Amino acid sequence: MKEKSKARIDGRTNDQLRPIEAKIGVVSRADGSAVFKIGKTIAYAAVYGPRALHPKFLQNPEKGILRCNYNMMSFSGSGERVKPGPTRRSREISMVTEKALVPVLSLEQYPNAVVDVYVELLQTDSGTRCAGISAAAMALADAGIPMKDLISSVSVGLVNGNSVVDLTKEEEDSEGAVDIALAVMPRKKEVTLLQLDGILSKDQLRKTLELGIKACEQIYKIQQNTLKEKYKNE
Amino acid sequence: MNKMIRDHIISLLEKDMREDRRKLLDYRKPITVEYGVSSKSAEGSVRVRIGETEVVAGVKLDVGEPFPDTPDDGILIIGAELLPLSNPEFESGPPSIDSIELARIIDRGIRESNMIDLKKLCIKEGERVWAIFLDIYPINDNGNLFDAAALAALAALRDTKFPEYDAKKGKVNYENRTNKGLPLKKLPIMVTVSKIKNKFIVDPDINEWKSIDARLSVTTTEDGLICAMQKGCEMQLSLDDIEKMIDIATEKGKFLRGFLK
Repeated sequence: MKEKSKARIDGRTNDQLRPIEAKIGVVSRADGSAVFKIGKTIAYAAVYGPRALHPKFLQNPEKGILRCNYNMMSFSGSGERVKPGPTRRSREISMVTEKALVPVLSLEQYPNAVVDVYVELLQTDSGTRCAGISAAAMALADAGIPMKDLISSVSVGLVNGNSVVDLTKEEEDSEGAVDIALAVMPRKKEVTLLQLDGILSKDQLRKTLELGIKACEQIYKIQQNTLKEKYKNE
Repeated sequence: MNKMIRDHIISLLEKDMREDRRKLLDYRKPITVEYGVSSKSAEGSVRVRIGETEVVAGVKLDVGEPFPDTPDDGILIIGAELLPLSNPEFESGPPSIDSIELARIIDRGIRESNMIDLKKLCIKEGERVWAIFLDIYPINDNGNLFDAAALAALAALRDTKFPEYDAKKGKVNYENRTNKGLPLKKLPIMVTVSKIKNKFIVDPDINEWKSIDARLSVTTTEDGLICAMQKGCEMQLSLDDIEKMIDIATEKGKFLRGFLK
């Protein structure tokens, strides 16, 4: 606890994100797309729709629905090959990705339709669901889906008792670490994804979440600038 | 397929023209091969672009038991998944017949050319051999995934470096990668020649791809020999057609071979 100022394993300060690169319009066949790199994690997202939803019984006559699919490419994991196809983990991540994004979407104009979001991980090094969500939010904006806000997402947690942002694999796996997946509506500073693994006090949680929201603001700026860049010359 | 688009493509081809002003036997530009795009996790990885069509491929190596009928051969398993991320018409779910065909065509070209010296992947006969898992994913399917995927497969194999293997524990140490590459002997390049009405083209873009009457994928090695072929789509081909298509594929194969380091 006393070693608060001590640098992290990779030399970053507690509130420092890994290097981020973002780009939109990377899949020309999609209605919207983005790639979001944070450290060595690389997430692609593509949006198709609003389009007709099949099977028909899933349709909602009140408004369109969002459908997300998270997938790791078979060679994207450290260690052994990831077997292709959905797993319990990937299905849960697909679901929480949906829940993280849907609060900012206005799909009332699209009854019976679906907006499909496909997230593919080319390379993983922790924080994959958060990178996927940040990419997906940009792809939705790129597709011109009406949105009340963007979504910015990052992992935060406790490592050696210190609140830190954007944990590495080593930090996640370290003794006593707390790992939180967080997604935020940056303008309202409200939370749309919260998953926590580990033990901590309420005070520590509050402090860590506040640090996370600040980190999401940094991500928001990058997302915003990337989106603005595209329309600058149009 | 949209009949109006097909009619438009045919009316252009009759004048030896294409929508994007290419000649009938020209590939789109640029063609790029980018190595190590997933180098933290994959033992070999690559991104190939042909025009707007983009494919990634990666290799994971593992050690396992050989197949009983080939006790001293390494194992090669090639997969392709037509990601719904890359094309509005692809759907999630179990592998479609199109993705199976794509993986199998590429597999045959690599296997039949003896590109990989599988004997050199044997660690202990009948017990332990290296297994190569090569997986191909489209990122953006703007036509002619076949040739882009085949080129990506070759490049990924050439990019691959063995991880360390601890023979005592019988375990692969993925953290430590050696600088030893796969035992490669040949470079079998696949070119798909397509026929629309009575015209032959290569590298169809997405509208052309949907209008194809017949296609022939021909894999050739650097010594000019054919090592695998597959005909696709519903129109029949004459022997003259086939001969002509093989000539085109051999010539274009030389051109594509130039893009691999």
